[in-house]
Amino acid sequence: MELLVQLILLPPLLVAAFNGMMGLFAPGYRTNEWLIGGLATAAVALPFVVTVSIFLGFHHEPEIVRYFTWMAAGDLTVDFAYRIDQLSLIMTLIVTGVGALIHLYSIGYMKGDPGYWRFFAYLNLFIFAMLNLVLAENLPVLFLGWEGVGLCSYLLIGFWYTDLKNSAAANKAFIVNRIGDFAFLLAMFILFQAVTGFFDGPFGLDFTTLLSADTLGALGNGTLLAVALLFFIGATGKSAQIPLFVWLPDAMAGPTPVSALIHAATMVTSGLYLLARLSPMILLAPTAMVVIAIVGALTAIMAATIAITQNDIKRVLAYSTVSQLGYMFLAAGVGAFFVAIFHVMTHAFFKACLFLGSGSVIHAMHDVEHELEHKGLVPGHGGEHRDEHAAPPRYADLPYEGGFDAQDMRTMGGLRKYMPITAITFGIATIAIAGIPPLAGFFSKDEILFKAFEYGYNGHPYAYFVWIIGIVTAILTAIYMTRAYLLTFEGRERWPDAMDTKPHESPWTMWVPLAVLAFFSVIGGFFGLPAVLGESWIHHWLGSEYGGPVAEPLHELHVSHSLEWGLLIFGALWAALGVFYAWTQWGRRGLEADASLKRRLGFLYGIFSTKYKVDEFYDATVVKPIVEGSRRGLAPFDQNWVDGTVNGVATLVRGIAGRLRGIQTGVVQNYALAVVLGVAVVIALMIFV
Amino acid sequence: MDLALNWYLSLSAVLFTIGVLGVLLRRNAIVIFLSIELMLNAVNLSLVAFSQAFGDVDGQILVFFVMSVAAAEAAVGLAIVIALFRNKLTVNVNEINLFRG
Amino acid sequence: MLEPFLFFLFAVLAVVGALGMLISRNPVQSALWMVMTLFAVACLYLTLNAQFIGVVQILVYAGAIMVLFLFVIMLLNLEATPRLGGLDWKKGVAFVLGVAVLAQLLVILSLRLNAAPTLLPAAEAADATSVENLGLALLTEHAFSLEIIGVLLLAATIGAVLLAKKRFV
Repeated sequence: MELLVQLILLPPLLVAAFNGMMGLFAPGYRTNEWLIGGLATAAVALPFVVTVSIFLGFHHEPEIVRYFTWMAAGDLTVDFAYRIDQLSLIMTLIVTGVGALIHLYSIGYMKGDPGYWRFFAYLNLFIFAMLNLVLAENLPVLFLGWEGVGLCSYLLIGFWYTDLKNSAAANKAFIVNRIGDFAFLLAMFILFQAVTGFFDGPFGLDFTTLLSADTLGALGNGTLLAVALLFFIGATGKSAQIPLFVWLPDAMAGPTPVSALIHAATMVTSGLYLLARLSPMILLAPTAMVVIAIVGALTAIMAATIAITQNDIKRVLAYSTVSQLGYMFLAAGVGAFFVAIFHVMTHAFFKACLFLGSGSVIHAMHDVEHELEHKGLVPGHGGEHRDEHAAPPRYADLPYEGGFDAQDMRTMGGLRKYMPITAITFGIATIAIAGIPPLAGFFSKDEILFKAFEYGYNGHPYAYFVWIIGIVTAILTAIYMTRAYLLTFEGRERWPDAMDTKPHESPWTMWVPLAVLAFFSVIGGFFGLPAVLGESWIHHWLGSEYGGPVAEPLHELHVSHSLEWGLLIFGALWAALGVFYAWTQWGRRGLEADASLKRRLGFLYGIFSTKYKVDEFYDATVVKPIVEGSRRGLAPFDQNWVDGTVNGVATLVRGIAGRLRGIQTGVVQNYALAVVLGVAVVIALMIFV
Repeated sequence: MDLALNWYLSLSAVLFTIGVLGVLLRRNAIVIFLSIELMLNAVNLSLVAFSQAFGDVDGQILVFFVMSVAAAEAAVGLAIVIALFRNKLTVNVNEINLFRG
Repeated sequence: MLEPFLFFLFAVLAVVGALGMLISRNPVQSALWMVMTLFAVACLYLTLNAQFIGVVQILVYAGAIMVLFLFVIMLLNLEATPRLGGLDWKKGVAFVLGVAVLAQLLVILSLRLNAAPTLLPAAEAADATSVENLGLALLTEHAFSLEIIGVLLLAATIGAVLLAKKRFV
C-alpha cells in the first residue's frame, strides 16, 4: 500500500518539477508541446489507474500509510500520513479521473501558448496538492494541500499575468481565501488545545484520534460549535459561499481548463470534503449545521438569480458553480454529507463538461475574432498604426459596447451547426444539471432536496425553509442553464459577417474528454439511486450506517414511500417546467427574451445583474477604508517615522565612522603602541588584582 | 651566592623592553626587524633558563623551534622589505601607510 | 664564584649591544651591535648548560640571519637616518610605556617569583638537558613538529623567492 500511495502522489509532483525546471532552464524544451502535455497527462492518468486498482480491491477497512514525521514539538507530533478509505478513494477518483481528462483537453486548448510548459507544471502541482488534501490523515497535512491548491489556483488565475485584470483577479482569490484559511488555522489550534487537555501522548490532529468516539465525547459543546463554525468559515473561503464567494466569478480570468478543473470540479469542493471528513464532529454541533444549511441555501439562490442575468458564458457557469456548491452545503447542513459528496461527484462530471464545452466554444470564437480582425470588421488588440487622414475604419455593429468578446453569448448563437459534438455534449450536461431524469443531476439534486425534507420531517423546522429555497433554486437552475445553451448553440448566428466567417469544431484531444464527461453526466446518477428506486450505492459505500467514514443523523420518522414518489415526480416535472419555460423564451425569441425578462422583473433584474452589489459593498466597507487608512495614516508614519529611524541610524553610524576612521593612520608603529599599551594594562591587572 | 632564576629572567625582561622600544621608536623597517629578533632572543633566554632550573629538556626544544620560525620569518620579512623598497623607494615606516582608513 | 661573574659579564655585554642597536643611526652599525648581543646571549646559553642551543644561536642567528640582514641593508644602500629635531609626543609616550612595561616586569619578578627556585647545580642539570637527551626528545617525541618545521622553512624559501622577484608587486 505504501508503494501504491507513492505511485498516486509522486508522479504529478515529479512531472511538475521536471516540466517546470526544464521549461525554466532549457528554453528549447518549451516547444515540445506534445511531450510536455503528454507527460503531464500521464502523470495524472497513472494515479487514476492506481486508484482504480485500490478501489476495486477495497474491503471497507481504512488503511493508514505513514511515511515520516513532519514535525515534532512538545505534545505535537505530525506525521506525513495518508488515509485510504471510502471517502478519500472516491475523491481521489474524481480528482485524478476528471483531472486526467482536463489535462488531455488542455493539450489542444493551450496549443501555441508561450506559457505552455508553465501551465502544465502548475496544473500538475495542483493535482499533487489536491491529492494531499483528500488523502491526508491529519489536519496539518490536509492544510498543506489546502494551501497548495490555493497557491496553484492563484498562479493559474493569474496565468496570463500581463493583463492587469487577471492579476487583480488572482490577488482577489488569494486574499479572500486567506480569511477562510485563518479560520481553519484557528479551528486547528482550538482542537489541539482542547484534545491535548485530556489526551495523553503525542497528538498530531490525526483523524483516527480526532473522530474517535472517546474524543468526540470528551469535547465540550462550546468547543464543538466553535470548531465546526470555524471550519465552515474556512470552507466558505475555499468553496465560495456567502460571504466569501466573490472571488470565484473573477477567477474565470484563468484559462478555461483551469476553471473546469480547479474552480468547478475539484478545489472548490474541498470545503465540502472537509465537512464530510469531519462529519461526526459537525453532527454534534446542531447550531453550526443550521448556519451551514442556511448559508448554503442563500448562496444557492443568490448565485442562481445572478446567473440568469449574465451574458459572459463563463460567468454564467461560475455563478452556477457557486449555486451548486450552495446546494452541497445545504445538504451538509441537513446532515446528508454523503449526498453532498454524491453531488460533488455528479457536479464534477457535468460542470467540467460544461466548462470544457464553453472552452471549446471560446476557442472557436477566438478564431472567428481573428478572422474578423483580419477582415477589419472588429478592432484588433494591438494598437496598429493607421493613417490619420484616412477615414476611420467601419466596424460591424455589435449587440453590446466595447470590442468583440469571444466569451459573450450575445455574439454567439447557432453554433450547433458548426460544432456538433460540443453542442451535443454541452446539451447533455445542461439537462443533467437542470435535473431532468434519468441524468446525473436529477438524482443528486433530488436526493439533497429529499434529505432536507426528511430532516425537516424529523423535527428540524429550518430544514423545511432551506428545502423551499432549494426547490426555487432548482427551477432557476433549469432556466439559466437552458438559456445559456440556447443562446450559444441555437437560434441565428449573431457575430458579424456570419455568412462568410465560420467557426470550427475542436480537435480530438478536446472533444474526447467532452464525450467522456458527457457519458458520465448521463450515468453518474445511478450511483446514488433514491430509496424508492433501488439501492443507493454511494450510501452503502460512504455511510457510517454501513461502516463508512461519513456520519449521518438517525431518523426516527421515515417519509412514506408514496410521499417520496410524489416528491421525486414533482422534482422531475418542476425541472422540466423550467426547461420548457426557457425554451419558450430564449428558444423562440433569442436575445429579446432578456429584454422582456428585464421588463417583467423590474428593479429586481437590476439587483441580479449587478450581482447584489456585493463587490461594491465590500469595496466600500472593507477595501476602501483599509486603502485610505493606509494612505492617510500608515504611509506618512512609514515614510517619516519608520524610514526616518532607519535612515537616521544609518546616518549616525556613518558620522561616527567618519570620525573614527581617523584613528586608522596606517602607520604600523601607532598600532604597535596601542598593543604595548594593552600589554601594560594587562600586566597591571595581573599585579594589582 | 647562588644564581637565582630571577637574574636571568630580569635580564630577559631588560632585553625584551629594549626590543619593544626599538619597535616603537625606530623608523627604519630593518632596524624594527632587528628589534623583533631581539625580543625573540629575550624570550629564548628565559626559556633556556627555565629549562635549566627545572631540568627539563622541553624548554630547549621550544627554543629550537622558535629559532627555526625566526629564520623563516627573517627570510620572508626581508623579502617583503625588498619588495616594499622597490615600490616606495624607502624603508621608513612613517611613509608607508597603505592601511590608512 | 665563576658563574655569577660570567653571568654579569655577558649580561652587560648583551644589554650594551642591545642599546647600541637601538641608538645607532646607521643600520649597518645597528646590525653589528646586534651581533654582539647575539654572541653574548649564546655565551649565556653555555653557562646554562645549553650547549646545543648556544651553538645553533651562533650558527643560525649570528651566522645566517645577521648576514642576511647585512646583505639586505647593503643591497638597498640604506643611509643613516637623519637626526630629527627634538622628541615628538609619540616618542615620549612610547618611551614612557616601554619603561613602564619593564618596571612592571621587574615588579612581577620581585613580587611573585621571589620564591622561584635557584638554578640546579650544573652537574645535575647537565644530565637532564644534555645534548643527547635533547636529540632523543627532538627525534622521537617531537619528530612530527620537526618535520612540520622543515615544511615551513621550504614554504618560507619559496615565499621569499616569490616576493623578491621583480615582477611580483
